[in-house]
Amino acid sequence: MKAQGVLLEERRNFIHHKGSCGGNTIQCDTESVSGAVSQRACVYCGARVVLNPITDAFHIVHGPIGCASYTWDIRGSLSSGAEWYRNSFSTDLTEQDVIFGGEKRLWEALEEVARAHAPKVIFVYATCIVGVIGDDVRAVCKKAEEKFGIRVIPVMAPGFAGHKAIGYRMACNAIMELISKAPAGRKRRKGVNILGDFNLAGEMWIIKNYLEEMGIEVVSKITGDASCDELMHAPEASLNIVQCAGSMTYLAKRMEEDMGIPYIKVSFFGLEDTAQSLLNIAQALGDGEAESRAHLLIARETHELKDLIQKSKEALSGKRAAIYVGGGFKAISLIKQFREIGMETVVVGTQTGKKEDYDIIHLLVNEGTVVLDDANPAELEHFIKEKQAHILVGGVKERPLAYKLGVAFLDHNHERRHPLAGFVGIKNFIKEINLSVNSPVWQYVR
Amino acid sequence: MLNLTPKEITERSALRINPAKTCQPVGAMYAALGVHRCMPHSHGSQGCCSYHRTYLTRHFKDPAIASSSSFTEGASVFGGGSNLKTAVKNIFDIYKPDIIAVHTTCLSETIGDDVGAFIQDMDIEDGKYVVHCHTPSYVGSHITGYGNMIAGFIKYLSKSTGKSNGRLNVIPGFVNPGDMRELKRILELMNINFIMLPDTSGVLDAPMLGSYVMYPPGGTTIENIEAMGDSPLTLALGELTCETPANELKRKCGVDYKCLPLPMGVEATDQFLMELSSFSGREIPYALEEERGQLMDILLDAYPYFHGRKVAIYGDPDTVLGITSLVLEMGMIPKYVITGTPGEAFTEKAEEMFARYEVTDCKAKASADLFELHQWIKNERVDLLIGGSHGKQIAKAEDIPIVRAGFPILDRYVHSYMPLVGYRGAIRLVELILNALMDRQDRDCADEDLEMVM
Ligand code: SF4
Ligand code: SF4
Repeated sequence: MKAQGVLLEERRNFIHHKGSCGGNTIQCDTESVSGAVSQRACVYCGARVVLNPITDAFHIVHGPIGCASYTWDIRGSLSSGAEWYRNSFSTDLTEQDVIFGGEKRLWEALEEVARAHAPKVIFVYATCIVGVIGDDVRAVCKKAEEKFGIRVIPVMAPGFAGHKAIGYRMACNAIMELISKAPAGRKRRKGVNILGDFNLAGEMWIIKNYLEEMGIEVVSKITGDASCDELMHAPEASLNIVQCAGSMTYLAKRMEEDMGIPYIKVSFFGLEDTAQSLLNIAQALGDGEAESRAHLLIARETHELKDLIQKSKEALSGKRAAIYVGGGFKAISLIKQFREIGMETVVVGTQTGKKEDYDIIHLLVNEGTVVLDDANPAELEHFIKEKQAHILVGGVKERPLAYKLGVAFLDHNHERRHPLAGFVGIKNFIKEINLSVNSPVWQYVR
Repeated sequence: MLNLTPKEITERSALRINPAKTCQPVGAMYAALGVHRCMPHSHGSQGCCSYHRTYLTRHFKDPAIASSSSFTEGASVFGGGSNLKTAVKNIFDIYKPDIIAVHTTCLSETIGDDVGAFIQDMDIEDGKYVVHCHTPSYVGSHITGYGNMIAGFIKYLSKSTGKSNGRLNVIPGFVNPGDMRELKRILELMNINFIMLPDTSGVLDAPMLGSYVMYPPGGTTIENIEAMGDSPLTLALGELTCETPANELKRKCGVDYKCLPLPMGVEATDQFLMELSSFSGREIPYALEEERGQLMDILLDAYPYFHGRKVAIYGDPDTVLGITSLVLEMGMIPKYVITGTPGEAFTEKAEEMFARYEVTDCKAKASADLFELHQWIKNERVDLLIGGSHGKQIAKAEDIPIVRAGFPILDRYVHSYMPLVGYRGAIRLVELILNALMDRQDRDCADEDLEMVM
């Protein structure tokens, strides 16, 4: 293999060249190797990402200060109401607490929040050392629920218990815990919940508008721009649509089992996936009226994008893209989206992609494309160079790497400022790629 | 909408809201990046490491590299000894650093890993090094971690041969690569043969040259860290940050040290230069006199625009004290001065300054947070905020201009290239302050009051 010397022997099975040994044999969904410069985040991070957009919840990190300070208002999840989620609350454990236990401090913190701010729900995240020092977080939360008459939901999220995906699951359990206690409401025949959109740059609102144009009611947004009251209505919906499948399929399954709400997976990235998703939703609801309205909507929007897509095909065709994102489903949409504008994907990696995702990726990409799981900068660099990619799509840690390599960059992570979902998103996607690929700076870079 | 902070201050002892500090390992990681060909290593779960790298990357807009022991459930029960062993082997094999600098995390500290013993048991190739320090985040802050890591390098590497090399050791506080560059420029102008540890210039402000280099040319060399044991003197710049490593060097190699404030503002820079001059026995060159004179000129010219204005300063202890000292020299009133890092020495030093400049009604607090600062401001306003990015929520809610200085700055560019230390750094900070205040005046004034010549 060409990658000799850049790759840890143990990492070899995490990397795959399409065409090199037939079929998809990539190893994924396991732990990182000790000593690797992994880009992977932890269980707490996963749980926090999913629950954080609930705007009027109080998110208290029970642990030392770091975990709380790194997650303070760093994501572009927008709110149309409360802003409490943009503050950072923690118990900021000290040495004393580590020696004698942190339960007392947690209790006091809960008391202080309950007294000063009258919250509806508090999520308590127990991070790495809390279990080790023996705090019974569940008991403290339960006692607080009784005493203050509010929901206090523990999220047991020690980082070492795995990676982000396990945190997603814990967040899903926490949401179940909250909504399963909702008083029974009237079933809404044309009502859906949107799962797994975090309203980055207002993307939730874009999707909601499309659905409303189709005559479909959005009952609950989970969790982008969510509020506690709205979440409590979630059991009334007739269908769950799942956008970020990696984080929310588990919740969808649980809601199907416990509440009888069926779900479908959707993606609003790229023309093909956006259009198909809208039609699938109408069909799943068995709503002919919505379906014909969807056709109109898609025709109108596609028409409007036609020229732009044609033009960008001319400008961008033959350019090569490298993708390194969190979930597998997003990577899949991106590959298709690049193809729509005439670009080829030559490197694709995810942090938490599943076997099924890699199977689909394998089918989508061309011969010779490199597929990686949980890549480190050295590997990314190696393959970006080897495959001569023109642009890297990734998150915050990848941006400087791309620029140092003299490669353009597109932020497709939780801090993006421009919506990339829906038909509007396609415009922004093309615009950003053009901006980055065609920046005048590249002329001066040697 | 961000304005949810209640004006009324309720008793709060267990709950931290909107911290003005972060955890030790980030500081350790930053210090380790200031050593040439060094791989910082986080001994704990990968999540911490990922957060710390991201945080540094966000501030410096440059890739911050570090590896992790990648703890799993098993390590949290049986200890992380074998994880570290595997990690060290893998790192040397694949990333080929000259030195690995291990710091701990809350988890490895709580389960009681004896990292020192693990390292002793390792077979390490000649010419390669592994050093470590303890950085439990439930003690101190990232500032503590920064000092601890520097002390770790010294403890493992510095040697005394008994023969003085005549060089001056300089330990810069927790400052940007731009500051370290400026300190080196001043030392060079003073014609001093020095060793600076750490030195992140050329690492975290590395240029774009079209290829990704894992170890950019900057950073203190191992050789120089060894030689620190033969220097006659160490200057620890930042009394609340750098005493630990300076003291370690004294303990180990008997090198005397002096703690100075970060050279920010007129007086502290004067003091720094005097020390340099007394060390080298040379006069302060005209080039530096000139810069000082320029600063004086600017302060006199622009005086009416800042004099008497009230300012709130928050961030890391030595940086906050440095800025406080400059604003006092400018005739401003440092109404609130806070740090998230614990330690009463901060409060004492701030209050000493208040007394010396005879300003009254100013408050200083360590172990404070931005939520509390916001509440103070709601009760009595200030004209300006100075600190990191997190103050922008207060700035927006209260419609107060903000100058970004210190750490972390996540929402602006260029700051890490530019100094705040020395006379030049002071000139820059004065410009930032003036622009913030004067832009505000232009924005707020009636049309007929808009002045072209100010
Ligand atoms: S566990 Fe400790 S070291 Fe890790 S991020 Fe949290 S505070 Fe920092
Ligand atoms: S790994 Fe543990 S300690 Fe580190 S950030 Fe995640 S939860 Fe916090």
